[in-house]
Amino acid sequence: MAKKKTDSANDVELRRDLLRSMLLQRRFEERCAEAYALGKIGGFCHLYIGQEACGTGAISILRPDDYVITTYRDHGQALARGMAPRAIMAELFGRIDGVVRGKGGSMHLFDRNANFLGGHGIVGGHVPIATGVGFAIKYRGGDQVCVCFMGESVVNTGAFHEALNMAALWKLPVVFIIENNRYGMGTALERASSIHDIYNRAASYDMPRGVVDGQDVMVVRAAVQEAVDRARTESTPTLLEVRTYRFMGHSMSDAVSGTYRTKEELEEYLKRDPIIVLRTQLQQAGQLTDDEFAKLDEEVKAVVQDAWDFAEQSPEPPIEALYEDVLVDTTSDAHAEAAVAAD
Amino acid sequence: MATKVVMEALSPTMEEGRLVKWLKNEGDQIKNGETLAEVETDKAIMELVARGEGVLRKRLLNENDAAPVGQLIAVIAPPDENIDALVSSAGGAAAAPAAPAAPAAASAGATQEKVASGAPPAPPPARPAAPPAPSAAPSGNGGGRMRSSPLARRMASENGLDLQGVQGSGPGGRIIKRDIEAAVASGSAKQQPTAGRFVPAGEDYRDAPLTQIRKTIARRLSESIGPIPTFYLTAEFDMERVAEMRAAMAAMGDEFKVSFNDIVLKAVATALAQHPEVNAHWLGDKIRYFNRVHLGMAVAIEDGLITPVIFDADQKRMSEISRESRELAKRARERKLKPEEYTGSTFSVSNLGMFGIDQFTAIINPPEVGILAVGALEEKPVVVDGALAHRKRMRVTMSCDHRVVDGALGARFLQTLRRLIENPLMLVY
Amino acid sequence: MSVITYRDALNQALREEMHRDDRVFIMGEEVAVYQGAYKVSKGLLQEFGEMRVVDTPITELGFAGVGVGAAMVGLRPIIEFMTWNFALLAIDQVVNSAAKMLYMSGGQYNMPMVFRGPNGAALQLSAQHSQAWESWLAHIPGLKVVAPGTPYDAKGLLKSAIRDDNPVIVLEGEMLYNTKGEVPENEEVIVPLGKAELKREGEHASIITHGKMVLAALQAADQLGKQGINVDVVDLRTIRPMDVDAITTSVRKTNRAVVLEEGWEICGVGAQVVDYIQRDCFDDLDAPVVRVHQADVPMPYAKNLERAAKPDAAKAIAAVKKVMYLE
Repeated sequence: MAKKKTDSANDVELRRDLLRSMLLQRRFEERCAEAYALGKIGGFCHLYIGQEACGTGAISILRPDDYVITTYRDHGQALARGMAPRAIMAELFGRIDGVVRGKGGSMHLFDRNANFLGGHGIVGGHVPIATGVGFAIKYRGGDQVCVCFMGESVVNTGAFHEALNMAALWKLPVVFIIENNRYGMGTALERASSIHDIYNRAASYDMPRGVVDGQDVMVVRAAVQEAVDRARTESTPTLLEVRTYRFMGHSMSDAVSGTYRTKEELEEYLKRDPIIVLRTQLQQAGQLTDDEFAKLDEEVKAVVQDAWDFAEQSPEPPIEALYEDVLVDTTSDAHAEAAVAAD
Repeated sequence: MATKVVMEALSPTMEEGRLVKWLKNEGDQIKNGETLAEVETDKAIMELVARGEGVLRKRLLNENDAAPVGQLIAVIAPPDENIDALVSSAGGAAAAPAAPAAPAAASAGATQEKVASGAPPAPPPARPAAPPAPSAAPSGNGGGRMRSSPLARRMASENGLDLQGVQGSGPGGRIIKRDIEAAVASGSAKQQPTAGRFVPAGEDYRDAPLTQIRKTIARRLSESIGPIPTFYLTAEFDMERVAEMRAAMAAMGDEFKVSFNDIVLKAVATALAQHPEVNAHWLGDKIRYFNRVHLGMAVAIEDGLITPVIFDADQKRMSEISRESRELAKRARERKLKPEEYTGSTFSVSNLGMFGIDQFTAIINPPEVGILAVGALEEKPVVVDGALAHRKRMRVTMSCDHRVVDGALGARFLQTLRRLIENPLMLVY
Repeated sequence: MSVITYRDALNQALREEMHRDDRVFIMGEEVAVYQGAYKVSKGLLQEFGEMRVVDTPITELGFAGVGVGAAMVGLRPIIEFMTWNFALLAIDQVVNSAAKMLYMSGGQYNMPMVFRGPNGAALQLSAQHSQAWESWLAHIPGLKVVAPGTPYDAKGLLKSAIRDDNPVIVLEGEMLYNTKGEVPENEEVIVPLGKAELKREGEHASIITHGKMVLAALQAADQLGKQGINVDVVDLRTIRPMDVDAITTSVRKTNRAVVLEEGWEICGVGAQVVDYIQRDCFDDLDAPVVRVHQADVPMPYAKNLERAAKPDAAKAIAAVKKVMYLE
């Protein structure tokens, strides 16, 4: 996969931005783990630690008017998309200033301004939605793209099959990205899927496909760039398997290792921490010193602390909010005007 | 859809009724709630009311004839409906004409419908049903829960009707809208009483008052066990002061006139309030002591005797007692008393003084445990402070049920009564 | 005023709304080239083209989700399920996505979409093709659910559903498609969501019903009328939100209620109606409410068994008599 022209021009700055983004995600997720343990975050909390390169690399090449849709493991992608850490942390804390006003929680981050379409809790449930977004883009004759992240378990669901078939059949501008972190909750891929090179599922739909190393953000970025171009210019979908690893349990409630994977295996993968990978690249190219890295780290830590403080101060939603946003009071006339004004 | 008209039990103890007069003819259009006929019960002449709509197709009982409770006596139906089958089955319709409480102590499970056996859609016989208070009939559920639809309850309340006076034609004897409508139309339901209600509210005593079944059971029990062990206490009262009082009241005007009997009744009621131990009922397995005084007042009528009740007599002023006793006596003689007006006394008084009887012993009306027989007032010589004087005197004889009232108990009651009658000002103390 | 079929009424609604707003499109199995499995979308492909009248593979879950995605970014999809029996496969998208999207997104993404199709039994289609499951959907906050019983209501409710900015479920009926009724031409036929209609007036009892059973209720009312019994027939039209006022006004007037529905007894729509009645009309009831519904069995095939299982006018008549304490 060739590097694009745009990369070389601002290469250093780009990589630093990517590093900062991944580091922010990492520190944010670490504080989430802490907050969860303290009872400030409730319910389910699925951490992105170890997978930062996937979301960061993919989202970095998107336009603001492109769409992103993902699973419940959505904190990293939301941050990569530029959503405010304060608003995300407040949402996790269940406060009114949360990105969805405390109504969704960790698994349901949405931001219309960022064209971030959630945050979905049912495995595979969002994939047909991605196809629908692609359909709408084509319906309107636009050149936006919809990027759909999913875990590797999704490829075995019926929804995945139906959605990809239609995307390929109707030639829709969707990039389906599998973040293969090798394990469902505790079931290794090999025990759940009849094929292990799961990007080959695309063959059923005669869909372009590929597999890349998900721990190198630059590699991911390049691969996704190609797929996005294809979608934008040829209105053709792609299935991309990005091989990665999660360092924590499936969620905060699940075991890190022990029953389903060995500590040794985990430690092997820790060596390929995407932050370390990129940092090493920069340092080897003389584009980053230890001090600069430390400074960067302090900076993002401060951002996360600020987000924490903000979330703590934010009030819980008022009880009246219980009944808000079940239905809208509008019909197509009013909504059309509002939509026009918003977009 | 045809409506069967059956001989209904219009009094608690009725077993058969005599059709006095038809008020509708064959061929007449009948509306729900209209009066069809006058029926003589064992106590009074009552109205028989239509429970359906249509044409009065057939009258099956002649005037002056009697029929047992439950027998088919007429049919209301649409003009074109074939009622032959209905009519021909009329002969064998009546089974054992049981009195409503007939299945005595044995059939605790008797429901209201089962009583009028053999007449299926007939509304259940009239009977003062157990009060809504849950602490209802002690044994068996024959006189148990009254059922009514929420609408019926509301309508009854709006019309000031006492649901107990209404017969329910719905399933399980449920009182429903048409029953209230019928009751309102015929005026047969008892008005919601203000004072003197037969059924006292729950807090007045710890048990529910007697139901007809209770009474009948008690009567039957007494009959089966043997007569009531009765003894008699006689006392002679000095009536001078009563006579003075009466004369003084009469001098104030006709509207203030009271009879000796009125005064006696008031005194008896007051004494009873102070002696609940004789204001009681024997119930076979317990004795019920009443906190309220409902005085039965025996009235002679043409072919017998009836005892209408002055409720809460101890709470009533003499003028009220006077008015009520006159009114009740009049209605008794006209045979116009309703069942709830002659049942429910806690103690009775019988006065044969107007017939010149000096003294007599009355028969206790079970399950009451006492009755006071009042004799004539006469002027006679007595010894007062060692000297001979003539005074107005009156003798009373109290019959007591020894199972509940011992000699001393009865005597003490009469002591109180004497004090009240010989010092009538104590009545206002 | 013309007399048209329920099917044609729906077709008119689709055509008119697709003209009115070019964000509206229809998607489902056989809607385009085949002209609609029940011909409801007849002629639309020719008129609007294949981008707006879209044939799908047999993928209820998939294309329901496609509708959700399209609605999230501003289109107004009409998703047709060939029958609501098949929609069971799509329930994740209808309930977990469409119904909940607005709430979960804190008000950011509303779902201006319609899910429609024939609901309930037809004739001898057997257990898997005869289910009436409005109560499942009426259970869900975030959805609106309508069940038109006449051509006028079909047109009016579908148009309102399409214009509504929320996900609306439209429950039609194969047995209704050929029924006829008056629908005015040359005027906008709009039936507001959430409003019942008194289709017949009487004072003796109330029959509360919806959908296919409206016709049965009217037939029952006619026959009862000949016997001097006049009933109110309250056609709910919208199951969620239900027009509670219409129900209670009628029951307060008549003091008796019969609830007639196509679905099963347990936790059916009728159970909800009865709750509203007992809650708001307790002191007005002269008799317990009687429900008429399908027998508590999967739908059998044999003609006589199916007839015995289904509610109908005769059963409604018997129920009215029961609440009136007539034999």
